[in-house]
Amino acid sequence: MLVTALDKKLFRDLMHMRGQAIAIALVIAAGVATLILATGAYSSLDETRRTYYERYRFADIFAQARRAPDYLKEKLSQIPGVSVVETRIVFPVLLDIEGMNAPASGQLISLPRYGAPVLNGLFLRSGRMPDPNRDDEIIVNEPFAKANHFQPGSKLKAILNGRKRELTIVGVALSPEFIYALAPGELVPDDKRFGVLWIPHEAAAGAFDLDGAFNDVSLKLRRDAVAAEVMERVDTLLEPFGGTDAYARKDQQSYAFLNTELTQLEAMAYVIPPIFLAVAAFLLNMTLARIIALEREQIGLLKALGYKRVTIAMHYIKFAGLIAVVGILIGFAGGTWLGRGLTRLYAEFYHFPFLVYLYSFKVYLAAGGISMAAALIGALRAVRDAVNLPPAVAMAAPVPVRYKQTWLSHFALIKRLSQTTRMILRHLIRYPLQSLLTTMGIASSVALLVSSLFTLDSIDFMVDVTYFRTMRQDVSVTFNEIKSLKVVQEMQRLPGVLNAEAGRSVPVTMRNGARSKRLALSALPQGGRIQQLLSKELNPVAVPDTGVALTEKLAEILGVHLGDRIIIEVHYGQRRRLEQPVTAILQGYLGLGAYMALEPMNAALGDGRAASTANLIVDEAKIDQLYAKLKEMPSVSGITLMKKSLQIFRKTLVENMNIMTMVYVVLSSIIAFGVVYNSARIQLSERGRELASLRVLGFTRGEVSQILLGEVAILVALAIPLGWIMGYGLAVEIAQGLDTELFRMPLIVSRATYTQAALVVIAAAIFSALVIKYRIDRLDLIAVLKTRE
Amino acid sequence: MTRVVFQTESITKVYDTGAVPVHALRGVTLQLFAGEIAVLLGPSGSGKSTLLNILGGLDVASSGKVIFEGSDLSAMDEGALTEYRRHHIGFVFQFYNLIPSLTARENVALVTEIADNPMHPEEALDLVGLKERMDHFPAEMSGGEQQRVAIARAVAKRPKVLLCDEPTGALDSKTGIQVIEALITVNVELGTTTAIITHNAPIKDIAQRVIYFHDGQIVRVAENEHRLAPSELDW
Repeated sequence: MLVTALDKKLFRDLMHMRGQAIAIALVIAAGVATLILATGAYSSLDETRRTYYERYRFADIFAQARRAPDYLKEKLSQIPGVSVVETRIVFPVLLDIEGMNAPASGQLISLPRYGAPVLNGLFLRSGRMPDPNRDDEIIVNEPFAKANHFQPGSKLKAILNGRKRELTIVGVALSPEFIYALAPGELVPDDKRFGVLWIPHEAAAGAFDLDGAFNDVSLKLRRDAVAAEVMERVDTLLEPFGGTDAYARKDQQSYAFLNTELTQLEAMAYVIPPIFLAVAAFLLNMTLARIIALEREQIGLLKALGYKRVTIAMHYIKFAGLIAVVGILIGFAGGTWLGRGLTRLYAEFYHFPFLVYLYSFKVYLAAGGISMAAALIGALRAVRDAVNLPPAVAMAAPVPVRYKQTWLSHFALIKRLSQTTRMILRHLIRYPLQSLLTTMGIASSVALLVSSLFTLDSIDFMVDVTYFRTMRQDVSVTFNEIKSLKVVQEMQRLPGVLNAEAGRSVPVTMRNGARSKRLALSALPQGGRIQQLLSKELNPVAVPDTGVALTEKLAEILGVHLGDRIIIEVHYGQRRRLEQPVTAILQGYLGLGAYMALEPMNAALGDGRAASTANLIVDEAKIDQLYAKLKEMPSVSGITLMKKSLQIFRKTLVENMNIMTMVYVVLSSIIAFGVVYNSARIQLSERGRELASLRVLGFTRGEVSQILLGEVAILVALAIPLGWIMGYGLAVEIAQGLDTELFRMPLIVSRATYTQAALVVIAAAIFSALVIKYRIDRLDLIAVLKTRE
Repeated sequence: MTRVVFQTESITKVYDTGAVPVHALRGVTLQLFAGEIAVLLGPSGSGKSTLLNILGGLDVASSGKVIFEGSDLSAMDEGALTEYRRHHIGFVFQFYNLIPSLTARENVALVTEIADNPMHPEEALDLVGLKERMDHFPAEMSGGEQQRVAIARAVAKRPKVLLCDEPTGALDSKTGIQVIEALITVNVELGTTTAIITHNAPIKDIAQRVIYFHDGQIVRVAENEHRLAPSELDW
């Protein structure tokens, strides 16, 4: 292949300015990589989840009953649209794990009489299935096994229907039903303290007196089935047997949690990276245009030599294109690699048994296309200006740039400035667009940093509101049956308990016209001091004497406002249907909440002075004694430790968010560096002659550097507050993107976040400044003076 | 002749950048005297600019000595050379090298702000006949005016030596003569030792001494017995 002289020039030019070329390529690589890694990780996880659900036959409809006879299974499978039915025995159990003082709980699930589960299949990680003829062999879920270092052969004690039994773990498995395993009443999964236990059918039936009966059913639907119709028929069939409202996947806890997490991930993938890419493309465009503008004389020369405009344009298009191609390729490779790593990290976090990588060709095309277009448009813009000049003009020394006195010059303050300061200010004012674009570029990287870092602030705030201002109890106890209110005194007498308050929690469906939501309706004692409700403005409010208090998000889902009336279908006891006014709207960041005062609730349910939960304030020093007592109480089915819950909540969210946030922070730092370095570097090329002249006049290196770096400093100083404002705007967008049923992101941006964002950019600026200073120190004074501009 | 300001002793300059070393100076021994105007004449590439750069502390000789008022420039480091330029040397270049963002007065002030015993910028501009134009930016001035600002800037610190590299090279003859007039005024008023590089032969007639360069060496030094006034020049 013939390499033309022009091509050689191209390669040599690129080699000559490789530092700058690399910095530009990295900016575009960061933009491209962000989009690819985020969308790639999201779509891979989404696809993995989908495949997992499909391969392991995750059910579509779920329902519980108190005691349904086995023959009902046949009837359930005859419901039109149902393809598979699986009935099980499911019970909450308290666990006693050796070496762990804190109480643990579990969900005991029966395995089919013969073979493996047809729905909600198990992926056996180690060990074997239990022997159906033994009543002490179990399989546990992997996260629980890992957290407690259980292996096949390990033993644990469980209280089954009031009797303590020793069980042997024979296998460890994963289930699509428990990607997130959450204890009742917990806000976040605690793998150490909550396990899923699969036990042979006969053993479960024996322990819970359910021979020939079941209390849990899962259904798989045909593709053409209408879920709502099926659920209605299921409800009709189960109702005589204490059935509660059937629900679909969206109300299944693990599904809902994972869905929330993936929605957040999706928001982070589709809100932030496009901004990265846009910023990178903008910088690419701006930088290339300025670099090519510096080539004016060479463009004039090429024209004088008889090169056609098209040839010249192609030359610079290749120049810009090559830099962009390198950046895009680095971005593709880096994005794919980081995306895979990220997917693997998340997969581990979610306990997926396998991974499906899914990378959309479209995303690569979009990221590459946008970057390339930005590069070429920037190049063409600059080439067009230069090509339009007659060669003689392009090659001649440009007329000195026109500066004018502005009204600013007449200020006494300005008159006192040194000549070098005037140079800085006049240059900034003379090129307002250039100054503005550079400022915008730097501001964008500050904004990217703010928008990446603020999520951690919001989590901190959420933790504070949720755990320190709302749920102020140390321990929450759930009973396996309705207790009389005397249970409070009973709790007060337990060792270490400083204060106790009764509460209730009943499963309900709230309806407002066509809108409905399944959730737990909680009752709190009037005048209670432990759990504190907060208004939308986060002011403490008392439990309303009448009606229900809803969290803002729930009210939004149901489409109700203060004073509206809602229907509450109780899936418990006499299964009453209540109508209540909404008497308060509350703030709540975690989950959906609905609250009533205890007495009106008991009256509405018609079962006397009853309680099903208790909140305790505990003396930390006596906590182990309390744990020991609680573990021995047969009526206790769940114990939530708020401190533990808090730790895990933080860990879970911070881990989840941190991975992505760290990636974003690194990439936005690269962009910050790329912008500052390039703008200073281009300035140096544009003004090298001026600076060399000063050196000749006897200015020291330091004094000369000050002029260029002073200008960079001013731009950075202007960009930082602007970037803060832009970053806050992005944070608003992201917080909205992260708003889901289970999790609302308060918009909190701390000073530390603003400071950190500024510091990263300042560090990038200082680093760039050092590189530039090195260059200034080595200006060739003679060469600069001998040539024309 | 009076006091010696510059004394060079067999200085050479070899540029070793390419495959073949370029000998820009091949042993130049020269004296410049206080208050004189010397014109360095010679074809391009004869080494006159290299010599001027070495005298001005912009470049260092490969061998030999450059003594300025008793100190050896070849022994100075970068910082010392900067100080030397700052306090003792004024430069005038072919392409003026004014700072476009500063007015005439400010371009001069740029130097007076860092000098020990400078004139007022206005005074320096008056000397070159530009008092009326001092608040104009370079872009608002003709080439001749820009060059005269450059001269004002060079002399405003009262340098011992004024080094001019093709000061009229980019100008037509009329404005070129105005520039030469300005240089002579400065020389007469301030007694600044002035070295002017040119390949414009007629200019030699204004000098006290003419130093002829060829191929990196001084081939002849001539003293002008009869100097012409700038207005008598013609090219």
